[in-house]
Amino acid sequence: MELSDFYDSFFEEADELLEDMEKHLLELDLNEPDSEQLNAIFRAAHSIKGGAGAFGFTVLQETTHLLENLLDYARHGQLVLRRDIIDVFLESKDILSAQIHAYRSGVEPDADAFARVSDALKTLAEQEVDGSDATTDKHSAKAIDLARSAEQDPLVSAAATVQENANDAPLQRISKTLQRIARRALGQSDTPQLSAQTQEADVLTRLSVNFLSVPETDRQLLLEELAHLGTVVSSNGDDSKFEVLLDSTEEADAIEAVMCFIIEAEQLEIRPLDAPLSVAHQAPQSGAAAPTNTTPKRAQQAASKAVKSKDDTQAASIRVSVDKVDQIINLVGELIIAQSMLDQTAENLQISGKGELVSGLSQLQRTARDLQESVMSIRMLPMDFVFSRYPRLVRDLAAKLGKEIELVTEGKSTELDKGLIESIIDPLTHLVRNSLDHGIETPDVREAAGKARTGRLSLSARHMGGSILIEVADDGGGLNREKLLAKARSNGLDVSDEMSNDEVWQLIFAPGFSTAEVVSDVSGRGVGMDVVKRNIQSLGGYVEILSTPGQGTTTRVVLPLTLAILDGMSLRVGEEMFVLPLSAVAELVQPTEADLFTMAGGDVLLKVRDEYLPVLALHEVMNVPGARTRMTDAIALIVYYDESSYALLVDEPVGQQQVVVKNLETNYRRVPGVSAATILGDGRVALILDPVGLHRFAHAKGKNRISHKATQSQDYREVLPS
Amino acid sequence: MKAHAQTHIYDSGVHREFLVFSLGDEEYAIDILKVQEIRGYENVTRIANAPDFIKGVSNLRGLIVPIIDLRIKFQLADATYDKQTVVVVTNIGKRVVGVVVDRVSDVLTLSEEQISAAPDFSVGLPLAYLDGLGNLDKRMLVLVNIERLLSSEELALVDKVGG
Repeated sequence: MELSDFYDSFFEEADELLEDMEKHLLELDLNEPDSEQLNAIFRAAHSIKGGAGAFGFTVLQETTHLLENLLDYARHGQLVLRRDIIDVFLESKDILSAQIHAYRSGVEPDADAFARVSDALKTLAEQEVDGSDATTDKHSAKAIDLARSAEQDPLVSAAATVQENANDAPLQRISKTLQRIARRALGQSDTPQLSAQTQEADVLTRLSVNFLSVPETDRQLLLEELAHLGTVVSSNGDDSKFEVLLDSTEEADAIEAVMCFIIEAEQLEIRPLDAPLSVAHQAPQSGAAAPTNTTPKRAQQAASKAVKSKDDTQAASIRVSVDKVDQIINLVGELIIAQSMLDQTAENLQISGKGELVSGLSQLQRTARDLQESVMSIRMLPMDFVFSRYPRLVRDLAAKLGKEIELVTEGKSTELDKGLIESIIDPLTHLVRNSLDHGIETPDVREAAGKARTGRLSLSARHMGGSILIEVADDGGGLNREKLLAKARSNGLDVSDEMSNDEVWQLIFAPGFSTAEVVSDVSGRGVGMDVVKRNIQSLGGYVEILSTPGQGTTTRVVLPLTLAILDGMSLRVGEEMFVLPLSAVAELVQPTEADLFTMAGGDVLLKVRDEYLPVLALHEVMNVPGARTRMTDAIALIVYYDESSYALLVDEPVGQQQVVVKNLETNYRRVPGVSAATILGDGRVALILDPVGLHRFAHAKGKNRISHKATQSQDYREVLPS
Repeated sequence: MKAHAQTHIYDSGVHREFLVFSLGDEEYAIDILKVQEIRGYENVTRIANAPDFIKGVSNLRGLIVPIIDLRIKFQLADATYDKQTVVVVTNIGKRVVGVVVDRVSDVLTLSEEQISAAPDFSVGLPLAYLDGLGNLDKRMLVLVNIERLLSSEELALVDKVGG
């Protein structure tokens, strides 16, 4: 491991902490702030400050320090939170994010932003914090803590007593928490006459830092880190236990926080060897008022052993790189293929005792399928991953647009493949923005229409068979049929007044289509819905719009549960096998002479009911030898996909099956007309056709060139699963 | 003397192992560390509209691996496929590529003294992809820089970045 690896884990953790912070800030009830939430927000800032200090990210450290102080006042009730203060905190969070990002890319953070945020935070501290000397850093908070510490002293001995008797796990956990509280109280009352700053600067303590079961290479890094934190006096030991004596001004907590980027908390023991070395020696040693004196040393030692209680709650999950998970998924896919090959072989065997073999194999098959399902579920993430980013967006946008909006989310725990989750964020954000901007009316308009002033935007996700259904619904004005039709006409689209509502709603998916009266920076530029639709279709899903004038609009997005598996139709052409996404195939037709029309230039159209579809022969596009060349011998798959619609001629559709999608570009390059590859039951590779790419590629090849006229009427057709 | 070919891989006194294979009548060798495995030539799925030397893709335990035939690309020998035809699966950087060869003969260790710079005349493969010649008693091995060859634009196995 290199030092930069720890940077990465710090950045990752800091990002998560900031997200947590934002979430709590948004959820905070300003009238009755929940102290747990305030503490959580404070802790997030505190942890980032600690890490930033250890790694020398000064700007980040200073920003979090300012923020932390304010949060500290807030949790002690000295700062009364208001909406505009939360706004400042949220902005600070954004700037912290930017700073972390800057450090991550190896540049210094934006100085202007830093100046702005520190001014804002300092102003807040000066103007809003209750108490006369609030501006002089933490003094007043200290004073209060001091007053408290008198009451907390009994905790110290209580913690020690509990520790001695703590044999069972829950009791130990409680005892550790107690010790932490006790230690906090102690730490703050050690040097009552000093401000927080000087205390940190002057108290040099000799600490015994023990690494348990830490390999040599990590130890070296830890030693380097310790050297930054203080003076390493001595170090010796072996893999199982390695002791370092360190003279440091840092608290054990801070040292532990840094070490924990490299090793687990369980692998670490830090205890002070004796009383603080320098200043503390001169600290008052007698008198009931000096809490240092009443501290049993044993309790202090026991207390510093305390493992961060935070870790207890995190033990239920582990962080694994996606690469590892994908490798397991790959291997399981292989297992399934090997298993089905075995099945086929066993089928053809003529031996005695075959029954047992077959039953053993079928058990293997069941287990393998279960295994595949479990493994696929590892890649699943809850929709909360997406939904959690909207409260902030809605809050900011609503303020900008002068609207009152309540956001409701449902089905946050609905799980979806990680790849899909990541790809769905942009389209969904677009839909949310659209609803806020065009859907929900301003409070006055709503009131005039007899609706509540506060609009309601609801996001929901739920499973529906093998798909997931995501809905973005608003109770706004709904789509305006006349306006849409007028706009369509002015854009030169072929529309009629007889079109059904559903057909009219589909118009908004046309490129360059926007009915927003005013183009705002939120939306209305007419780029968007067509992109949303295309993105969702590229994920194998589709979009629907339901709208009732005056009552609102609901956009439904239906997606497959995973990108790693595709419902495909396998096709044979000559000796070669291909797979086409099942969602692209509307129907199968056996062409007859009467339905085929040859156009000038060699193009052929196939009449399917009332439509004329261009014919694309797969063997010509893919240069497959030995295929059926007579069109009437072949089978035509009617493909509707995005803006492509055509009849694809193949020798024979073989069947429908779920296939595991394999990336071709991992080791090779993109292949025109092909989206990916898969491995068939016999271990051979089959290419998965890309319906749109195939069409485009055929076009480019100049074979079976398609007339634009034939496709135009299909432009807005939705692709629905048959 | 073309020193560049030697300086970049062969440190002084270091012995390196090579996998020796033949394309037609010539013997070629590649750094054994770039070889992942050797397997038979079978079950290759053709890729439409690809150059003729790209035989297609094959399933290597779940990985889709392109199979190329240098004999076709550089007109080294007749491209025949029989029981002796094998695929040398090479691992270059993050990519895995299968290379069809007529026959794999052995694995040899060459010392620095046994390697001389590639001559300025054709030994089948373009000079740019050679690391030198290996002399072993009466045998002459053409040392191929497989990494440079397989990442070359000439083979176009990879989408051009930013192209």
